[in-house]
Amino acid sequence: MYISGVPPATVTVLLFASYADAFGRPRVEVPLAARATVADLVTQLRDGHAADLPPRPLVAINQEYAAYDRVIEAGDEIALIPPVAGG
Amino acid sequence: MTASPGNGRCHAALVDQPIDTAGLLRAVADPGAGATALFLGTVRNVHEGRSVMGIDYQAYAAMATRHLAAIVAEASQRYGTCGISAEHRVGYLALGEISVAIAASHERRSPAFAAARYVIEEIKRRLPIWKREHYADGTREWVDPVNERTMVVSAHAEEVP
Repeated sequence: MYISGVPPATVTVLLFASYADAFGRPRVEVPLAARATVADLVTQLRDGHAADLPPRPLVAINQEYAAYDRVIEAGDEIALIPPVAGG
Repeated sequence: MTASPGNGRCHAALVDQPIDTAGLLRAVADPGAGATALFLGTVRNVHEGRSVMGIDYQAYAAMATRHLAAIVAEASQRYGTCGISAEHRVGYLALGEISVAIAASHERRSPAFAAARYVIEEIKRRLPIWKREHYADGTREWVDPVNERTMVVSAHAEEVP
């Protein structure tokens, strides 16, 4: 159920490392319908970038790894997370 | 397992300057500790047969800082460390430089080692940090740890979708 206000018309997605290189910038604006999920967002992002992104890249919302059925809400901090390689 | 959650001191940080390992050891020094484990990750000169000159580390800083603090707190709780301290460096590192350092102190050596081990394994599994290797032939590439990733997702599918 949608609780916290008006759904976003567009969201900003933070990009890092190989994904930032693939898009040529560190963030991208994505138009989204009301009640769009993480899965919807990934579908939009892969449109035109299917070769650059795996089918199910990791997504973080508000700095936590997010499930694909998570509904995106206004004000969410969204990031696309390439395979991590710290250490 | 006996542990004393919340009693031990914790420190976690992302840094863009050389890591002060003596400072980390001081941070976990404790009269009740009989053992202190210090783990250092360093930039090595070869990766999959290619000659490496250095590595750029990039982080999603806000998320990485938060999750590193969570990992350290988990280790403290799980192993009951007297003190535990971890720092990960970002930016360009030359060969031999320290990319990550973890110090853990405990009454006994086994949990001290285990706590440090837990932190480095969780860093590798879930901290949003990436590295771009600079090769001797002038090229550079983001490291994509495909094998590790496959293992990670199958073992922890409930946490990392």
